[in-house]
Amino acid sequence: MNSKPILLEARDLSVSYGKVEALHKVSLRIREGEIVTVIGPNGAGKTTLLSCLMGLLPGRGEVSYVGRPLGNDFEVEERVGLGLTLVPEKRELFADMSVEDNLLLGAFDRYRRGQRDYGETMQEVYGIFPRLKERAGQMAGTLSGGERQMLAMGRALMAKPRLLMLDEPSLGLAPLIIREIFRTVSRLREMGVSVLLVEQNARAALQVADFGYVLETGEVSLEGPSAELASDPRVIEAYLGLGGKH
Amino acid sequence: MDFQIALLLGQDGLTNGAIYALLALALVLVFAVTRVIFIPQGEFVAYGALTLAMLQAGKLPATLWLVLALGAAAAVLDSAQALRHGASRRLPRILAVNLAAPLLLWLLLASVDLAGLPLLAQIVLTLAIVVPLGPLIYRLAYQPIAEASVLMLLIVSVAVHVVLIGLGLLFFGAEGTRTPAFTDGALDLGSTTLQYQTLWILASSALLIVALYAFFGRTIYGKALRATALNRTGARLMGISTTMAGKLSFTLAALIGAFSGILISPITTLYYDSGFLIGLKGFVGAIIGGLASYPVAAAGALLVGFLESYSSFYASAYKEVIVFTLIIPVLLWRSLTSHHSEEDE
Repeated sequence: MNSKPILLEARDLSVSYGKVEALHKVSLRIREGEIVTVIGPNGAGKTTLLSCLMGLLPGRGEVSYVGRPLGNDFEVEERVGLGLTLVPEKRELFADMSVEDNLLLGAFDRYRRGQRDYGETMQEVYGIFPRLKERAGQMAGTLSGGERQMLAMGRALMAKPRLLMLDEPSLGLAPLIIREIFRTVSRLREMGVSVLLVEQNARAALQVADFGYVLETGEVSLEGPSAELASDPRVIEAYLGLGGKH
Repeated sequence: MDFQIALLLGQDGLTNGAIYALLALALVLVFAVTRVIFIPQGEFVAYGALTLAMLQAGKLPATLWLVLALGAAAAVLDSAQALRHGASRRLPRILAVNLAAPLLLWLLLASVDLAGLPLLAQIVLTLAIVVPLGPLIYRLAYQPIAEASVLMLLIVSVAVHVVLIGLGLLFFGAEGTRTPAFTDGALDLGSTTLQYQTLWILASSALLIVALYAFFGRTIYGKALRATALNRTGARLMGISTTMAGKLSFTLAALIGAFSGILISPITTLYYDSGFLIGLKGFVGAIIGGLASYPVAAAGALLVGFLESYSSFYASAYKEVIVFTLIIPVLLWRSLTSHHSEEDE
């Protein structure tokens, strides 16, 4: 049904914090050019999943990226070099540095490897988020919540990732801004960036995604094309219905 | 105290203060990036000065053996790590940086008439020997425990300091040395004279501070160091490796330390263990800046310089006591005015 090559695949991935298992035998795959979403309630292990895929946390099980195994000894920095980028839930911006410097550092890894075209990439990012251009000289710490999320995404795009992982990009933002962020996410697909989108806002996430997984208490409970998931009575009841959380 | 003595003491204070300011900046940098309180900062001052003195005496500086030994150790560790990761493509670079470069340096040093070289070449060679010790020490002593607590890193710093002092005695002996001034003579200013070496120190310190400022404000590597200091996780996610940032900050600290030693060795006799007190005075300046603010640390270090020089006139026996007592009101003031944040991150 889908013949696009697999970009990232996790098989039976488990992650523990000490004795507590936060993620239990999770398997998922992201194909080239797809938007894949992982939805689920708070504390289901969504952030843990992304942290493990990015190399911030060690896990058990297999992760492969473009057919190549990514063991725990693959450091975060090396994964960035391979084209993986994470926009964490906390954004992790450089608060006392200007918007422009934050963006510039997004291209650090490419610069280090001799690719000095960060000026062009920055213009592209400014094209996607014109607001950032207006704020270029301002300190990142003085931005509004929505602008911070835009900066975090823009900074990640400066690395020209093949796979962009977004952790709760809508968290704490006003509905209008959320709509803008999601519109940008679906534009990324057109730019050839694959996206792994982790969200509590299931409705918005399933609208932009091609494929979805439902993560509950550390395990994948449901998976399928987004349209199917969105019409699945269990998903409607738990995540989309009027009685649901969102 | 008449005006002339005041001027003389002020000149002394300014000169010493400039050196303390450089060391304070290095300490703030190292702490901000790696959370290491770098007690051995002063040892680089002594190593720089004494290595230059050995070169000028026409002897192969013993510091070179330390570079060779640490380089070999780092090469073994890095190679083992690369092989474990199945990344044998990194081996050539590891061996070139840690083994081949020090060996080449040895070859170069052994093949030229060290004593006959012009001063500038001697200084460059001295820096080429002493500065690599910075990243090598980071690699061997701190990198394996980079995530440890500040206290743990401090204890390691004390250990590194003791080892470097011991090696200093072994390398340079107990005799103190002085190196000739960059330019002999003094400038007659009417009521006082200004030695040319003092001018060299002031100008070089100012230049180095401006260069550091430009490095942090304008270059992507300087910004990467600032980013690591601000947000380690955020920096790692941009591919800025904590190890790279640590090595780079230690390289700068070693450069600043060694260069400071080279600057002051014509005006003061330095022994193998002289660096410690000099480094500690820089540390007092860094503490005034809360180990966080570069300008306040530099200003604090200048204050230390003046305080030391004027107290040596009024109460020379208590000179050090007065300088180090300064830390108590500073700490009181800081703990009363700043919001206390728990250690780390």
